[in-house]
Amino acid sequence: MFAPDVLPVIFAALMGLSILLYVILDGFDLGVGLLFPFSEPEERDRMVASIGPFWDANETWLVLAIGILLVAFPAAHGAILTALYLPVAVMLIGLILRGVAFEFRAKAPLVHKGLWDAAFFTGSLMAAVSQGFMLGMYVMGLRWGWSEVAFALLTAGALTVAYSFIGATWVIFKTDGTLQRKAVRWAQGGIWGVVIGMGAVSAATPLVSARIFDKWFRFPEIVTLAPLPLMAGALVALLWIALKRLPAPGDHFAWFPFAGATALMVLGFSGMAYSFYPYIVPEKLTILEAAAATESLSIILVGVMVVLPVILCYTVLAYTIFRGKATALRYD
Amino acid sequence: MDTLLLSRIQFAANISFHILFPTITIALGWVLLFFKLRYNRTGQRKWMDLYMFWVKVFALSFAMGVVSGITMSFQFGTNWPGFMETVGNVAGPLLAYEVLTAFFLEAVFLGIMLFGASRVPGWVHTLATVLVAFGTTMSAFWILVLNSWMHTPAGYELRDGVVYAIDWMAIIFNPSLPYRLTHMLLASGLTVAFLVAGISAYRWLRGDHAPAVATGLRFGVVLGAVLIPLQILAGDMHGLNTLEHQPQKVAAMEGNWETGPHVPLVLFALPDQAARENRFEIAIPSGASIILKHDPAGVVPGLNDFVAEDGTVLHPPVAPVFWGFRVMVGTGMLMLAMGAAGLWFLHRRGAENLPRPYLIGLVGMAFSGWVATLAGWYVTEIGRQPWLVHGVLTTAEAVGPVAAGMVLTTLIAYLMVYVALMVAYIGVIFHLARKGSFFTPPVQPALQPAE
Ligand code: HDD
Ligand code: HEM
Ligand code: HEM
Repeated sequence: MFAPDVLPVIFAALMGLSILLYVILDGFDLGVGLLFPFSEPEERDRMVASIGPFWDANETWLVLAIGILLVAFPAAHGAILTALYLPVAVMLIGLILRGVAFEFRAKAPLVHKGLWDAAFFTGSLMAAVSQGFMLGMYVMGLRWGWSEVAFALLTAGALTVAYSFIGATWVIFKTDGTLQRKAVRWAQGGIWGVVIGMGAVSAATPLVSARIFDKWFRFPEIVTLAPLPLMAGALVALLWIALKRLPAPGDHFAWFPFAGATALMVLGFSGMAYSFYPYIVPEKLTILEAAAATESLSIILVGVMVVLPVILCYTVLAYTIFRGKATALRYD
Repeated sequence: MDTLLLSRIQFAANISFHILFPTITIALGWVLLFFKLRYNRTGQRKWMDLYMFWVKVFALSFAMGVVSGITMSFQFGTNWPGFMETVGNVAGPLLAYEVLTAFFLEAVFLGIMLFGASRVPGWVHTLATVLVAFGTTMSAFWILVLNSWMHTPAGYELRDGVVYAIDWMAIIFNPSLPYRLTHMLLASGLTVAFLVAGISAYRWLRGDHAPAVATGLRFGVVLGAVLIPLQILAGDMHGLNTLEHQPQKVAAMEGNWETGPHVPLVLFALPDQAARENRFEIAIPSGASIILKHDPAGVVPGLNDFVAEDGTVLHPPVAPVFWGFRVMVGTGMLMLAMGAAGLWFLHRRGAENLPRPYLIGLVGMAFSGWVATLAGWYVTEIGRQPWLVHGVLTTAEAVGPVAAGMVLTTLIAYLMVYVALMVAYIGVIFHLARKGSFFTPPVQPALQPAE
């Protein structure tokens, strides 16, 4: 039904889309968890309330991404996940701690609340660090050596900072008063971390991989690619100016830092995606080589084409229903 | 211990932990919908009290189910790469449809169901509740399609050792799916019935005699009493189906070594696989023949048929299957007794006057659904060994090349987290029960009775 050599590309694009959505959406709620130590206990309820109705659906994009990897590229799936065995386990335990701490902190006896808050932070940290670490290992071709691990630690730090930054911008967007002012300060600090982190990773990646170096610093590609870093630079400048002026009277532009952070993530992600294409296991296996049987991919694609727009619609619906400043979470 | 054994223990630990929570949420979603509709209809506050109490348990169980489910989806790649490489063309689309049609549905509408009551009109909130309940049931459907296909594969062909799908209808509605799905959904209903009854009994015994508590008691007991006969019937039919497709599993469940007529129903025994016999057997003559063939002279397969010429054992390990089955059926019988007694007491004395020993019994059975469900799944899954996909792929062929030490480390870490969370989960449910939960009027506009 579909040509055998386009299907894998479509699925790679779909997987990229769900990873990107995951990184942005779960990024902001992981970020909120990462900011817990900087906040007062009474502010935490409000921070949690700002992500309460969303976090579960946000995490489902990870399930979809790993699902597509699993179903569309079975050979790559095994190779990637067995190589990343330990960081995957750390991430999973982090996600477990975080997801349940969220519920327990509101329902457990009051004396335990501090404990669950700690679990919420620890879980978010474990998830963010291990995701960044996996990203680094992936860039380095999934080899476990000293320099690879060092690079992966760098990306781990960078991604964690990026998550806290987007988390802070989400808090600016969804709250007001003291907490919002505090979040502006978090974001002002965070943006430097993002600049250093993204800069370091972008500088290091071409240096550690000759193939990626070649893809970027080759004429005429270098000209068509130049807007990517230029736009990122302009965005950072705009964000920096905005953060100096926020919160503005009448709460104008409270949405801007979050939108800017999202755009930065999209740019960073596009750069990464360009570097890797057409490989799915870096330097080893291309998208075409790793793809599953055409019949099976076709039947999934039919489902995806029907269901994905519906999912996007009701995701938008949920964000619309819970628009505006976060209010206390109540079941009635 | 080698990677294979450790990976098996790890998989079993993760799935056992995961299944506990869906077992609750699948049925509890529908139960919450029932409470809400009763409230809309009658306007009686007790229904909203019940809703408000159980929605907390639901939210907590859902979170536990989601996070442990994410672990499950990574397991295939981290520990069982051979699984997707061999049967990915069948398993892949099934898992994809589960994510697309079930997970997103329940995850998105869960937010609206839990926190949206004051932000959306009443009917939208009811609709969100319906969609969440429907989503959890769809999850169960798709994953049980996959699991049933692994037990009774159909609609595929093998090319160069890789499975290709040829008939999706045959794959989805494979021979054991109807039985497994029915039995699992009923198991979920029973688990929730006894949980609601048990926790309500606990509140009652502690002196919380609110109308919602009495109604919860009545609801739980009646639901349990209605479902358990259906479950026994469904279980029996499930067993007959298994006899047809996986006779070695049934032989292990019955603890029967020799094929023949007049096979007794073994009530107690210590199966000894080395000596290939049962020790300390207590049995009802011809019982198994009657149950499985509805005829005392019916021929029932025995385990000795599943040993190859060279002595290789082709049947599953006997003792865990044999005992798992007895734990499940034993729990089922206990449920039957408690359900029948409950109906009798409700009829004679009403929900406000249930005898104290009976209430204590209900508290003891609050988590009995979990026991039976886990036992049942152990029968099913261990009974499939050495196969992972019956007749297609063995468990040993699917395991990945991960170092044993690494698997052991993560296994220990998971177990520690699971034990801590289990303690916290049960502790919090009883904590909520002690606190009670009351719906506080003035009512939010959205939840005012529909009329
Ligand atoms: C509340 C839970 C519960 C209760 C009371 C029972 N079961 Fe069950 N049983 C399950 C929950 C369960 C389960 C966990 O849901 C299983 C595992 C796989 C499946 O489909 O259902 C199962 C599996 C299972 C199997 C294995 C089928 C296979 O894997 O091929 C059989 C033969 C039975 N059951 C039979 C019974 C009988 C005769 C019961 C009579 C008392 C009974 N079950 C009560
Ligand atoms: C419906 C989805 C399920 C799938 C796709 C599935 C798949 C598998 C796989 C891949 C294995 C092989 C690993 C191993 O041998 O340990 C396995 C075994 C096992 N599973 Fe399942 N399973 C499912 C449901 C369950 C549930 C719900 C339970 C328990 C509550 C369970 C309990 C076990 C146990 C105990 C084993 C170990 C058997 C042994 O090692 O002897 N499974 N299953
Ligand atoms: C190997 C097997 C399994 C895998 C890979 C798996 C995967 C998952 C994942 C990823 C989630 C989270 C979905 C979300 O993000 O919202 C989930 C939740 C769920 N799973 Fe599983 N699962 C497995 C076995 C089972 C079994 C055996 C059942 C029941 C029969 C089941 C029923 C559910 C349900 C109802 C949910 C919704 C969340 C909840 O109610 O707790 N799953 N599963």
